[in-house]
Amino acid sequence: MRHKSARKWFNLLMLGLNSLGAGIAIVIVCLMLGYIIAHGLTFINLDFITGSAVPAGQPGGGMHNEIIGTLILVGLGSIIAVPIGLFTGIFLSEFGTPFTVSVVRFATDILAGVPSIVVGVFAYAIIVKPMHSYSAFSAGAALAIIMIPVVARTTEESMRMVPGSMREAALALGITRWRAVVSVVVPGALAGIVTGVMLGVARISGETAPLLFTALGNSFGYSGLGSPIGALPLQIYRYALSPYKNWQQQAWAGAFVLVVLVLIISIAVRWLSRKRRV
Amino acid sequence: MIKSKTRVLFRLGDKIFPKFTLICSLIVVAVLVNILIILFIQAWPAIKESGFSFLVGRSWDPVKNAYGALPAVYGTLLSSILALVIAIPISMGAAIFLTEIAPSWLRSIASFIIEILAAIPSVIVGLWGLFVLVPVVRNPIESWLGTHLGALPFFQGPPFGFGFMAAAIILAIMIIPIITSLGRDVLKSVPGAQREAMLALGATRWEMISRAVLPYGRSGLIGAIMLGLARALGETMAVTMVIGNGYRITASLFSPGTTVASKLASDFSESSGLSLNSLIELALILFIITLSVNVIARLLIWRLTSVKGKAD
Amino acid sequence: MDTTKQTETTGSRSFSGNKGYILKAENLRAFYGAFLAVKDVNLDIKPKSITAIIGPSGCGKSTLIRCFNRMHEVTHGARISGKVLLDGEDIYTPGIDPVSIRTRIGMVFQKPNPFPTMSVLENVVAGRRLTSVLSKRTEMEEIAEKFLRQAALWDEVKDKLKQSGASLSGGQQQRLCIARALAVEPEVILMDEPCSALDPIATLKIEDLMRGLAKDYTIVIVTHNMQQAGRVSDMTAFMMMGDDRAGGLIEFGRTDQIFTNPKDKRTEDYITGRFG
Repeated sequence: MRHKSARKWFNLLMLGLNSLGAGIAIVIVCLMLGYIIAHGLTFINLDFITGSAVPAGQPGGGMHNEIIGTLILVGLGSIIAVPIGLFTGIFLSEFGTPFTVSVVRFATDILAGVPSIVVGVFAYAIIVKPMHSYSAFSAGAALAIIMIPVVARTTEESMRMVPGSMREAALALGITRWRAVVSVVVPGALAGIVTGVMLGVARISGETAPLLFTALGNSFGYSGLGSPIGALPLQIYRYALSPYKNWQQQAWAGAFVLVVLVLIISIAVRWLSRKRRV
Repeated sequence: MIKSKTRVLFRLGDKIFPKFTLICSLIVVAVLVNILIILFIQAWPAIKESGFSFLVGRSWDPVKNAYGALPAVYGTLLSSILALVIAIPISMGAAIFLTEIAPSWLRSIASFIIEILAAIPSVIVGLWGLFVLVPVVRNPIESWLGTHLGALPFFQGPPFGFGFMAAAIILAIMIIPIITSLGRDVLKSVPGAQREAMLALGATRWEMISRAVLPYGRSGLIGAIMLGLARALGETMAVTMVIGNGYRITASLFSPGTTVASKLASDFSESSGLSLNSLIELALILFIITLSVNVIARLLIWRLTSVKGKAD
Repeated sequence: MDTTKQTETTGSRSFSGNKGYILKAENLRAFYGAFLAVKDVNLDIKPKSITAIIGPSGCGKSTLIRCFNRMHEVTHGARISGKVLLDGEDIYTPGIDPVSIRTRIGMVFQKPNPFPTMSVLENVVAGRRLTSVLSKRTEMEEIAEKFLRQAALWDEVKDKLKQSGASLSGGQQQRLCIARALAVEPEVILMDEPCSALDPIATLKIEDLMRGLAKDYTIVIVTHNMQQAGRVSDMTAFMMMGDDRAGGLIEFGRTDQIFTNPKDKRTEDYITGRFG
């Protein structure tokens, strides 16, 4: 016989251990976020946002150019990724045959799992090398490759949540199929699609590895899509590994800016998807 | 008539629009295939030059033109597997807590907090690792292990802080939210009837979880773990910042090391010629490894959905 | 079987001592959060008999029997008030472990729910294994055979013991679930519309099985199928939803009496099909 109270205690023990796992995960998040926010907050100031990089050891300076650079890169990535991802999602949900859907869906899932550094190497090989120059454009393309699967899958999922009766109602009115998709299904799935784009933006705005050998970095400000460009995460990386206190402090300030951005997007996404469920 | 003209246009749209979405989808497939092809072409000079010795060679010496990938592959596997060892119990516990134990008001808020961790950019996790985690790893973790378990080969040598241990911990932190949220989705998909069946036989809650829920979700959970592994294998920035950049093979977890990704991150922009081709071959190896792990994981998760259809 | 049939219309006055019944509900109310789903049920269930609970859908039949083995509280926010006595002891007494109650009162669900990762054999002993260590394979096989025979399934599956429990047909799966419940050797077996997912032939097999099992076990079955209640049960309880959307017990009595001579107008309407 298995003893009754032994079973009971074992039950409590195991439930406790499992809860401990969740506790550890939550404590890690709080420790990390708390430290980044508290630490970053002490080093952030107006100069950080408006000033340019200064030589090591010199006080002041900021990441103005890198912030602008990140905005440009994220914009560039989104301009490429949003249409491709959106139409891929529409294809997966509306027009594909079972075979093509499974192939394309598999490809998107696998593309989402490609290490971002490999995407960087790929962008280097197809754009930087032939053009003989590091460029904002190559970095934007690399970020787009990372963003496409995010947009495609969320678009597909949210379009599938639009009830079939809405499609049928539109078709019954004599509207052609693509008009029905564009004017009924896509608007119905809009909140989900916006969520996907926001998740994609959150993801690529902090990406660093694919920028190392595409954007390269440029402290003197934007000088065209064909030239190297600075980016916030890239600068955080360089400054973090530098031996200079001033630069390290700026890395923390940069981290604060990025984390706040990511937090705002996460909360907005949660708010949006909640509203969608109601 | 204008009306018939627009109607023709709409008809045309009906032909063109689906084709257009198909083309976009094919771009996605093409990108994936092209990554493989382009990396292979770019790596070819190195493959031709080094051949098999690339895979077993232990040094990376641009001066002598000798390139061996083994330390980087070893470092990648060691740090990722160690990260799994740390992350699996924590994330499985968390996933079980979120679906089976937590009261409902706590579930969504707790999963949200854990998911935030997945959204923090790698470079920022690395920054935190560099300034907060590494000192802690050096002392007390490594110095304690060195004093008390120093007889074991894993815990020998001076406690640097930077090294496999720090890399594994940082990787574990980064994959915990991934395995947790995928695992939670898998457990959520286990039908309530399975839980009730076990409870009605007189099972305690843990017996219900361990004998009905976990076996049912087994393949999906393994898939979740493998997606976590794939992520760890390819993770770059955070690892590069804490692993210490030593190109060697050693059993000691205190030792600085390299992963394929960190080698690429630190050497790529300063390399040219054969050295660059060799680095691209490294990227190709990384791509193939993560691709295989990802494919297996996806298939496992898909299998779960088909089992679900059968027994639900 | 107890031959002294009761003709009372409501259960609470049927028996006074705890000799005549094995399971008794007293002023039982079941809630989902603030919503009252079942109100003020008083019901006596005689040992080694089949009691059917009938009524239109949504009247709280399933909720009621889930209160009998404390499965109701598994749903988030669900709770009860009142008493459920098993052999004279309230199963809701604080300190009583629901786990031990469920080994004494087994349950079979609407849809067959065998464990797909376990073999037929392992399915049968799944509950038994919780309380005792079955180390030897032969021991497991003996137990499995005994209860598969009781569930009238042995002949059909004796060559498939190692296959997955999910590989059987729907009716076989449901009998497997019954064998699994029997193997824990409960005093009472609750069946929540056990045939609703089955075809007529499989349904008949389960009904035959129930009649046989009633020699040794007390069975409470929820069914939306009046003919089924008429065919298998000794006692029938009729439930209906009131104006407040809470289900209540309208009439309880011997099955032949309920079907031929109902006391309550609402029962009569339902039996004769004039309802909904």
